[in-house]
Amino acid sequence: MVPEMSDHSGTSSLSEDSSRRPLSRRQVFERRQKRRSLLIALASSLAVIGLLVVLIPLTPGWYKVKRSFFNGPILDETFPALLRAFVKDIQIFLWCAPCILVLGMLLAICRNVRSPLLFPLRLFAAAYTDIFRGIPVILTILLIGFGIPGLGMDRPWNSPYLWGSVALILAYSSYVSEVFRAGIESIHESQRAGARSLGLSTSQTLRHIIIPQAIRRVIPPLMNDFVSLQKDVALISLIGPIEILRQAGIDKSKYANFTPYVGAAIIFLLLTIPETRFVDHLMSRERRRTSGTAVR
Amino acid sequence: MTPKILLDDVHKSFGTRPVLQGISIEVAQSEVIAFIGSSGSGKSTLLRCVNLLESIDDGAIFLDGVDISAPGLNPDPVRQRIGMVFQSFNLFPHMTVLQNVSLAPHKVLGQSKKESESHARELIARLGLSDRADGYPDQLSGGQQQRVAIARSLAMNPEVMLLDEITSALDPELVGEVLDVVRELKSNGMTMLLATHEMGFAKEIADRVCFLHEGQILECSRPTEFFNNPAHQRTQQFLQRVTEAGRL
Ligand SMILES: Nc1ncnc2c1ncn2[C@@H]1O[C@H](COP(=O)(O)OP(=O)(O)OP(=O)(O)O)[C@@H](O)[C@H]1O
Ligand SMILES: [Mg+2]
Repeated sequence: MVPEMSDHSGTSSLSEDSSRRPLSRRQVFERRQKRRSLLIALASSLAVIGLLVVLIPLTPGWYKVKRSFFNGPILDETFPALLRAFVKDIQIFLWCAPCILVLGMLLAICRNVRSPLLFPLRLFAAAYTDIFRGIPVILTILLIGFGIPGLGMDRPWNSPYLWGSVALILAYSSYVSEVFRAGIESIHESQRAGARSLGLSTSQTLRHIIIPQAIRRVIPPLMNDFVSLQKDVALISLIGPIEILRQAGIDKSKYANFTPYVGAAIIFLLLTIPETRFVDHLMSRERRRTSGTAVR
Repeated sequence: MTPKILLDDVHKSFGTRPVLQGISIEVAQSEVIAFIGSSGSGKSTLLRCVNLLESIDDGAIFLDGVDISAPGLNPDPVRQRIGMVFQSFNLFPHMTVLQNVSLAPHKVLGQSKKESESHARELIARLGLSDRADGYPDQLSGGQQQRVAIARSLAMNPEVMLLDEITSALDPELVGEVLDVVRELKSNGMTMLLATHEMGFAKEIADRVCFLHEGQILECSRPTEFFNNPAHQRTQQFLQRVTEAGRL
């Protein structure tokens, strides 16, 4: 049995956790299979990328596009200012996100109350989500961002940062409340029965049993909403604040060149790609923790 | 002496569909009643009504002589005194075994976290699951999960236990370990109402066996009499079918 293993011993060098134990025939097969698919994936990706790199510069307008979108010197010059402006985006994101989470959860809970006394609350929450889910974010920002400062209030109350953030919070809390509500409703009735049969009250059941499970379940769609929020913060530029999109626009005019926009896109990607990867990581860890075995 | 539990002409419908049609029964302290009957006869609904998980349409349910089915009554204090174990366990998957068992004593009875956890550990050990206390329900076998569910109910020191087909989701070789727990409860004098398809177990553990048919109790008698000498024709037919299916 062992001698035939040694024939394939070379394949095991791929994996880091190669233990001293001889591999079973199945493991050897799986490793070889894995290496083969990795090679195929690598080769086909390289072929496609190579083709693009060769073909695109052959197009007639390439040299113009390259000069106005992928202009190295201009990128070098504008990038630091873009980064500095992006700090503003992150700040806006950071104070909006917790407000959105809290408001979204409150709205979701309101929509779940069954007590007739609280019916008005339920109605209000339903109307709220219907309204703000039905309006494009950009319109909410324009209406609130230009409308409320028009009331002529004094300083800090006429700040476009403030009202832009409020608009984002209104819009996104309605999306997030729908996500939470779906999560709450996805928890099986038997969980409620289990909790209530122990004497837990409605609110204790919601707080300790339903909501913790609902939150775990909605983390992926929730994170998608927050990645969108991260991007939509840039829409606030329309009502004044100099954040990254605005800064890129200024630089574009200054240099008569679109490269600052590409720079801004790169900066967004630098943030959003790790964000989504991180969420994936959290999710798979959660799955492993609660189920012991990972099902592929 | 007032019965521990008294059901007086209990009626319950889902929509227009009558499910319980005049259930009356007296259950004495420490008595064990087994409800048997075909699927859909209303066994689960009956137990859920006693736990106030369902409201009843007519009649009344008394616990120690107090009407617990009165409209407007807060069900939570009643449920603290009546434990319920479900066919599908209904454990909380986001909590460890220890947290499942200690949650209600901590939050409902107001025990300190430490007190509720040490009490929970004792119970978990009594049910033979000490080494599983810090694991999650998904990591346990069905029999272990059901024992945790029983421990979770017992942690509230209930006066009555309602067991709804607690072994029917289990592989046959795991049934025994759960039934052992029920035997122990009986020997400690727990009042129990159980719905079951395990005829052999009903025969062994019940003081009385009641046959439920279309939301009515057709007969209630001592197990030996019930199984050897059923009074009602429908009971005979049911037992006949069960025997043919090899479950008796
Ligand atoms: N929430 C509900 N809504 C509507 N109908 C219901 C509901 N719960 C139970 N029923 C109906 O009530 C009847 C009795 O159900 P129940 O679960 O009490 O039966 P059972 O005797 O426990 O059956 P089984 O042995 O299959 O568990 C069934 O016809 C069922 O369809
Ligand atoms: Mg049932």
